[in-house]
Amino acid sequence: MDERDFDAIIVGSGCAGPIAAYELAKAGKSVLVVERGDYAGSKNMTGGRIYTHSLRKVFSDEELLSAPFERKVVHERLAFMAPDANLTVDFESEKMHEVSSDSYTVLRGPFDQWLAEQAEKAGAEYICGITVEELLKDDSGSVIGIKAGEDELTAQVVILCDGVNSLLAEQAVNYKKPAPTQIAVGIKETYALPASVITDRCLVSNDNEGSAMLVAGNVTKGVFGGGFLYTNKESISLGIVASIDAVSKSDYPIYQMLDDFKKHPQIAAWIKDGKLIEYSGHMVPEGGLQIMPPLVGDGVLLAGESAMMCINFGYAVRGMDYAVAAGQMAGQAAAAAIDKGATSAAGLQGYVSALENSFVMKDMKSFAAEPAFLENFDRMFCGYPELARNIFNQMLVIDGAPTKHIKNIAMPEIKKIGYMNILRDMRGALRAL
Amino acid sequence: MSKPIIQVNVDQLLSVDKFLPDETSHIVLSEDPDTAEFEKLVRVCPAALYKITEDGSKRFDHSGCLECGTCRIACGSTIVEKWQYPDSGYGVQYRYG
Repeated sequence: MDERDFDAIIVGSGCAGPIAAYELAKAGKSVLVVERGDYAGSKNMTGGRIYTHSLRKVFSDEELLSAPFERKVVHERLAFMAPDANLTVDFESEKMHEVSSDSYTVLRGPFDQWLAEQAEKAGAEYICGITVEELLKDDSGSVIGIKAGEDELTAQVVILCDGVNSLLAEQAVNYKKPAPTQIAVGIKETYALPASVITDRCLVSNDNEGSAMLVAGNVTKGVFGGGFLYTNKESISLGIVASIDAVSKSDYPIYQMLDDFKKHPQIAAWIKDGKLIEYSGHMVPEGGLQIMPPLVGDGVLLAGESAMMCINFGYAVRGMDYAVAAGQMAGQAAAAAIDKGATSAAGLQGYVSALENSFVMKDMKSFAAEPAFLENFDRMFCGYPELARNIFNQMLVIDGAPTKHIKNIAMPEIKKIGYMNILRDMRGALRAL
Repeated sequence: MSKPIIQVNVDQLLSVDKFLPDETSHIVLSEDPDTAEFEKLVRVCPAALYKITEDGSKRFDHSGCLECGTCRIACGSTIVEKWQYPDSGYGVQYRYG
């Protein structure tokens, strides 16, 4: 093979990028990470929470001790919000405390810098504050490097980890951008609060534990989407994710939905006396398998959000654990392909088969029908939260009227929505989820 | 399309963020953009950079852009003619993320 500046160049330092770099460096390859932000994480945003299982396949328990996790999630809360009521399911389990099934809230500023440090310690080189504008290709169309400003750098392999809004994916694998129905817009406000106050509000025993909450219902004014609230060490992340297409037709802009959401009594209590310290936005690729680009091309691999690895399950949102796993597999497969001197799309197939055999592609495939189902699950956003409100208002709110049996409370409410509709939704949910 | 309900002042929320503003815009709209398309952007842009004033005129200001790409997905085939990332070193800088 001809001389190249590096064995591998990685574009983007989020979750997938530094881990691919870490694996390549550990395999003795020369690797450069190019990040457009002034530091890793400065352009990145999450809800959010990371499940540790895939991190634990990369880093030892001891290495993870220094990771800037915010709080361990020990309360999973799912809320169904009507305009004037809210029903929350609060789940706790010992399993949430066990190594490998534990998860933590994170802020990407500090977290991504930690990931970048691990890659650097392993021997990866870093350039921050440089936007990669173009991929370099040879006459046959194989990717052979990157172009940023006047600078050109070449490599045997380029790994794109440049996020959901990758402008390079089209050049790499001829990927056409997805439709507004297939992508959601996320918006978040971060509120500073003393650690002890957050601990109290979560109902947890110490400042290292916290909660995650997803909210469906009136949050998005009847359209496909939901709210989230994650508790960090000294801040609360509060936001909304909703389909771009649905919001573009709504009477309420996304920022107005969030403003109304945070004024709902249930949410207002969480952030009371908090000081807004950041306002952020990010897209969420909810289209699943349908919108995934080819994972490899000649001389190039895609990992993480640039490959649309994300699933909104409705009751949980995942992406970062997929990105970590994909970054690891991309780094390992790229190192093996470089060793063999075969970095064409065919030579990089090891990455695709590793992904196919892992939870990443297994999940993407088995939940392929799920985006379409959630998109049409209108009653979850307007209908069921009101049903819960009406039933519980009659059961739990006592005004001295003669008490009804539960059957006589529930049946008329269920009839309002219609047995068939409920049955259809349940069957759909069971099939898709 | 009915007029969107807007009570919140997003500019005020954005004022807590750290930005290094680029003088030239990394997003270019078509000349005299279609109103129905522009109204989509009023609704979907988290930073509320797309505004329709009282007299009905359309305003777009790239400073305050969170670089999320939502407008590119919503109207990249219609009125968003060019969408690039800001030049190296410019734009939003999240401290928390």
